[in-house]
Parts: sequence; structure tokens; C-alpha cells
Amino acid sequence: MATTETPTKDLDTAEAARTELAHAAYDSKIEGNVIFTRVDAAINWMRKNSLWPMPMGLACCAIELMATASSRFDISRFGAEVMRFSPRQSDVMIVAGTVTYKMALAVKRVWDQMPEPKWCIAMGACASSGGMYRSYAVLQGIDQLLPVDVYISGCPPRPEALIEGLMKLQKKIDGEESTMDLKSDSTEA
Amino acid sequence: MTAKDSAEKVTKKFESATAIEFRGEHTVTVTPDDFRAVMEYCKAELSLDMLLDASSVDNTGEDPRFALVYELATVDDSVHLRVKTNIAEGDEIPTVSDLWATADWHEREIWDMMGIQFSGHPDLRRILMWEGYPFHPLRKEFPLAGKPSEMPDVAFTGEAPLEGGPFVTSAGAGSRVEAEPRAK
Repeated sequence: MATTETPTKDLDTAEAARTELAHAAYDSKIEGNVIFTRVDAAINWMRKNSLWPMPMGLACCAIELMATASSRFDISRFGAEVMRFSPRQSDVMIVAGTVTYKMALAVKRVWDQMPEPKWCIAMGACASSGGMYRSYAVLQGIDQLLPVDVYISGCPPRPEALIEGLMKLQKKIDGEESTMDLKSDSTEA
Repeated sequence: MTAKDSAEKVTKKFESATAIEFRGEHTVTVTPDDFRAVMEYCKAELSLDMLLDASSVDNTGEDPRFALVYELATVDDSVHLRVKTNIAEGDEIPTVSDLWATADWHEREIWDMMGIQFSGHPDLRRILMWEGYPFHPLRKEFPLAGKPSEMPDVAFTGEAPLEGGPFVTSAGAGSRVEAEPRAK
């Protein structure tokens, strides 16, 4: 952190002159409180560290999702503790469980109500591929309806696996290039 | 009164009814025409006040095709009586949901999964699948993988892939180990 105090008399005069010269371009009131970055990087940094999940808990994966949110695993260390049961306040939908055909369009409807930018985590075997439910009643993977960013294997996955999936998603968000065309193709899916 | 007495009373009152005992369980089989009267008699005279379950069986290849199975009991659990009736495809069976309220949803499930119509039912909608789904999935001719269906903006179904996955039972495999759905 840069110092804002004036050089004391004890300092070498040449050093004091250099410091004064280097700081001459700054306003002394805000000096030291300024960070230079790209706007994309700043926005991505803010987005990835405050992902508000929409918990789409449909089966036993939801129990692991709850465990991930509670104290032992504590998803709030990654800024994603604010489980919103309103899609309009959510950034990432965590599809945790078996998606039946009867539920599928309700999931899609909730997804459509989430504001952009939004991401989707398919948690566990059922949400990713239908899992062991090869049946007339079960949608064979939520990616048939929504664009999925991260798939997490497991039946159900451990909380650590969900946290790693979240970190992978954070990495993906960090690498997104432009704030202008974020997920521009999500409506086509 | 024991379950045996109850079964005998039913067979005595209704000529078409037959009773069998198997491992201490008593079953009376009645014709669809007598079904409603038998159920009313069970409720009123035999004080079988509880309907534990109602289910249906698809005996494809036999005539009549479907069997309906009603599990009756007294509230003190001293008597259990099973009432069966066989009905042909397309035939209707009178509802018993006015006798036992719990039959309402059971009969809806039978209608949904097996496609058996109940006459006089107050609210015969599907209960597990959605209104408008064109099939009855527990019928024998319906494949486990499902069939494609489409109701725009309401629901859709597709066919599930049944080959190659680790979770698929191998029918006709030599041993239980080979037939069981497990990673191979």
C-alpha cells in the first residue's frame, strides 16, 4: 500500500524528491486506494465470488447440497451461500436430483425466469444423464433442456465434489471474455 | 370374527364369489357385476372399515386381461380380506371411493398406470403422469424405455437409451450376477 503522509525530515532528500515526483500525478486524497484493471476482469471477479444459487433440489443430491451449505463444508467460503428460492435473484441453478418429465418443464420455466448472466450446474448422475433411471418417466439429462456449464459425477456427489464443481465454474466465469456477449447463446439452447 | 368367517360369509351371500386360502391369507374372487355389492357388504356387514391398498395386474394373454386387487381390513387389524375381480380391456368397474375415501387416489393411479376406467369416480384424472399423456405405462406392451410424446408447452417425453449402461438389467442372462444391473 502506498503511503500518503509527507516525507519526514529524516528521509534522504533525494528519496523525498523521487517520491514527490512519482506521486505528483495523483490526487493525494485518493492516492493508495486505486486499483487499475480491465472492466471485464473486475466484473468477472465480482460475479464469480458472489454466485447466488437457485437450489433445484429434486432428489437425494439435494441432501448433499444442504450439507455443502452448512457448517462442515460451508459453501459460503466461496461466496455462494445465498440460496435463493426465487429465480429472479439467482445466478446459478444447481440441478440436484432426478429430473422427471413431469418436472422438466417446471425446471425450464424457473431457468427462464433467472436473469442473465446465469449458469447451470448439473449435480450428480441423474441430472447429468438420467443416471440409473433408464425409464419412461425420467429426462435423460437436464442438458436436453438447459445449457449446462459444469457436470458433477457421483450418486450422489460428496459435498467436496460440489465445491470443486463450483470452483470450476468460478474459473470458467473468470475466463469469460466480454461482458457484452456473456452467454449470448443461452437462449438458443 | 376371523378372516375365514368373513370369506365364508361373502361366498355364502354371493353365489359367483369363490374363496381361497393361501398361507393364512384369505382371498375372495368376484365377478365385476357383483363387485360393487360385495364391497358394500364388506363395509356394512363385515366392518372391514379400512381399504389398505388397491392395485391392478395386467395378465396379458389371458381373458379377461386385467385383475383388480383390493386389500380390506378391520380397524383393529384382526381381519384382513383380499377382494379380487377380473375385468376385460375397455370394461368399466364401479368405483368404491364413496365407501373408502382412500380409494379415490388409488383408483386414479390404476387409471393412470393401467388404463382401467372407474364409473362413478368423482375426479378420475391422472395422478402421476400429466393430463394429456397418451399412454398407460404399466401395461405389458408399454416399453420400459418409454415412447416419445409431445404436448407443446406442457410436457414431452422421449425414449431412454437402454443399451450399454451400467444400470441395465440383462434379461435372460445365465446367472443372477450376470443379470443384475451393475458395472460390467
